[in-house]
Amino acid sequence: MAWELKNDRPIYIQLIEQIHYRIISGEYESGSKLPSVRDLAAEASVNPNTMQKALSELEHSGLLVTNRTSGRFITEDQSMIQKMKLELAKEQLENFLEQLKKLGFSDEEVKTFILESVR
Amino acid sequence: MNPLLECNTLSKRYGSVTALSDINLTLERGRIIGLLGPNGSGKTTLIKLINGLLVPTSGQIMIDGTKPGIETKKIVSYLPDKTYLNNWMKVKNLLDFFGDFYDNFDKKRAYDMLEKLHINPNDSLKTMSKGTKEKVQLILVMSRNADLYVLDEPIGGVDPASRDYILDTIISNYNENSTVLISTHLIADIENVLDEAIFIQNGRITLQSTVDDIRVKEGKSVDAYFREVFKC
Repeated sequence: MAWELKNDRPIYIQLIEQIHYRIISGEYESGSKLPSVRDLAAEASVNPNTMQKALSELEHSGLLVTNRTSGRFITEDQSMIQKMKLELAKEQLENFLEQLKKLGFSDEEVKTFILESVR
Repeated sequence: MNPLLECNTLSKRYGSVTALSDINLTLERGRIIGLLGPNGSGKTTLIKLINGLLVPTSGQIMIDGTKPGIETKKIVSYLPDKTYLNNWMKVKNLLDFFGDFYDNFDKKRAYDMLEKLHINPNDSLKTMSKGTKEKVQLILVMSRNADLYVLDEPIGGVDPASRDYILDTIISNYNENSTVLISTHLIADIENVLDEAIFIQNGRITLQSTVDDIRVKEGKSVDAYFREVFKC
């Protein structure tokens, strides 16, 4: 997955989001070691301090675990990753529902719409 | 520890024209900073003061606690807006020249960068395009192990692919002891690489802020914000 950064929002927040996706998609496997700040910054073409800030936040939330001598690792806590996945799904769903509401669909219409699409 | 760069009520006048007026500015180590402003706002004047090519009309400028001079030139690596290199020289001669001049010049790093950018060390400057000349100059400047890198319009004449390589070089060259100050108009290209942006307008500093703080506060990129602030 390539790093995609948009212009209108803070860079570190977008870095956090993209690392979330990488963990969920398994590109960064649970329990594996994360590349160094410098390598990640070069890969994403961002300032190393900004990447550092994103990783610190991820550490704070527990998704990354730091081992003082050997670097940063993705959490081994599968339930935490699962929980993050559900949260992201919920977020996507809410965005989707809001968009449909803007287009003038009622809740009932949305329901039939979804059922038809999934079938 | 002294800040890497400190300006106190720094002013510079050319005759009756005021180029810089009452600048107070502190730069810490370990940052990549954009010096952003429209033409004639005072960017190059500030950069020349940092490098001791101009002397202040009033106020003072200190680099690591010392006034600009021989000692500070050892720790400041400067890319001027115009070239001063001899056209007849070959790239490899220029590398030797820089190696003689500066203790902290890393010739191996320079040769690595030349190779990456497909520049032949046996070519002389006069056979090169404007963009390639700029690349050579930038390689010379970035191959020093300096504390402060001051780059005056470093990517203007360079194609986008090389621009990416140069920005990667700045990122991978990053260390917490040194700071890179980049003056440019091409904000969108370098915005993601910057910690901080400094806006300079009519010889005054109107903003010093981190890129992400600007994005949070203004809800737009530094590039878009710049266009708004300096709208003609």
